[in-house]
Amino acid sequence: MPSPGYIVAVIAIAVGITFVLRLTPFLAAPKLRDSAAMTAVSRWMPLGIVVILAVYGLSTIDFSAPGHGVPALSGAAATVLVHVWRRNAVLSIVAGTAVCLVLANLVF
Amino acid sequence: MSAPHTASLPSAPPPAPPAGTAPGPVPEAAPGDVRTDDVEPAASERPAASDFRAALRSAGVIWLGIFVLGIGFGVLVTAHGLPWWLAPVISATVFAGSVEFVLIGLIAAGAPLAGIALTTFLMNSRHLFYGLSYPLHRIRSRWGRLYAIFSLCDEAFAILSSRDPRTLTGGRMIWTHVGMHAGWATGAVLGGLTGATLLSGVEGLDFILTALFIVLAVDAYLSRPDPLTAVLAGVSAVVAILLVPGSMLPVAMAVFLATLVARFAIASRRSRRA
Repeated sequence: MPSPGYIVAVIAIAVGITFVLRLTPFLAAPKLRDSAAMTAVSRWMPLGIVVILAVYGLSTIDFSAPGHGVPALSGAAATVLVHVWRRNAVLSIVAGTAVCLVLANLVF
Repeated sequence: MSAPHTASLPSAPPPAPPAGTAPGPVPEAAPGDVRTDDVEPAASERPAASDFRAALRSAGVIWLGIFVLGIGFGVLVTAHGLPWWLAPVISATVFAGSVEFVLIGLIAAGAPLAGIALTTFLMNSRHLFYGLSYPLHRIRSRWGRLYAIFSLCDEAFAILSSRDPRTLTGGRMIWTHVGMHAGWATGAVLGGLTGATLLSGVEGLDFILTALFIVLAVDAYLSRPDPLTAVLAGVSAVVAILLVPGSMLPVAMAVFLATLVARFAIASRRSRRA
């Protein structure tokens, strides 16, 4: 096992860098916030970021697993359909995950 | 537990600052958010219990998903021959899911600290974009703001910044963060203690977080249909996956931001001409 000093140093570095990265935009934003560019960008940003996160989530699907990605892709399709249908986030997530779980564990 | 990015939760014993209270003695921490003039409709006077219930309703499923991923993280820690308590310690303090999965491998290999710093910076640089539209001004107390910034993971950003800020109270936002933080840390404890036995045989549980992001994307689009933004983001993401499969998130966000700046420049030039 690595030495305690090493582990403490690793954690301190990771915590410090992560916190500074999270804090920086809040320190910079007040100066930028009144600019027209900033207003426009922050209007477009939330949709874009969640789209990127969704694509990221889909990119973590393991296509070499027994189901070749079919369970997760089916789950994704179910999530979208249920959400467009009912607009209930919890219901959509549960339904999509259930489809994925059932296919991954019981079918493939 | 493939999902590395899961975002993590903030530090250990979350002080759980109850919404509108707690002016702690930490002035310099004030995240510099200026919008203090915002009206805060009686929200801050609501009892904490209803803030908690509101957070539970909108984020409870995510708390559960993060908890499950936390178990996966704990299992990974012991699988690398590290002591189980390292799982909750790291998950509570770093609270940035994806990088934690990578850190474990680096610690086990005794990687140099400079490499650890660089990896953390690259993997977490996506957080540079979150503060631009996160509704921090809805949280009144300095401690609350500090905690929110500390624990601003992907899921918290995605859930909270996609709503109309006027519908959010500071307490609900803090509870949303605390639930994620607590779920991640307790999951890590459980995973670290039980090793690979519990739940790890169930395939596909990490899909919960993918489902969350899909739902948020569909929601954001339906509430304000903006095909150009969606396409720019989707293309940025795909380009990033092709260029740097290992760390697509920060690259995708940087590319996306660049396209938005270009889009703004083009739009303003056009309107000037008109």
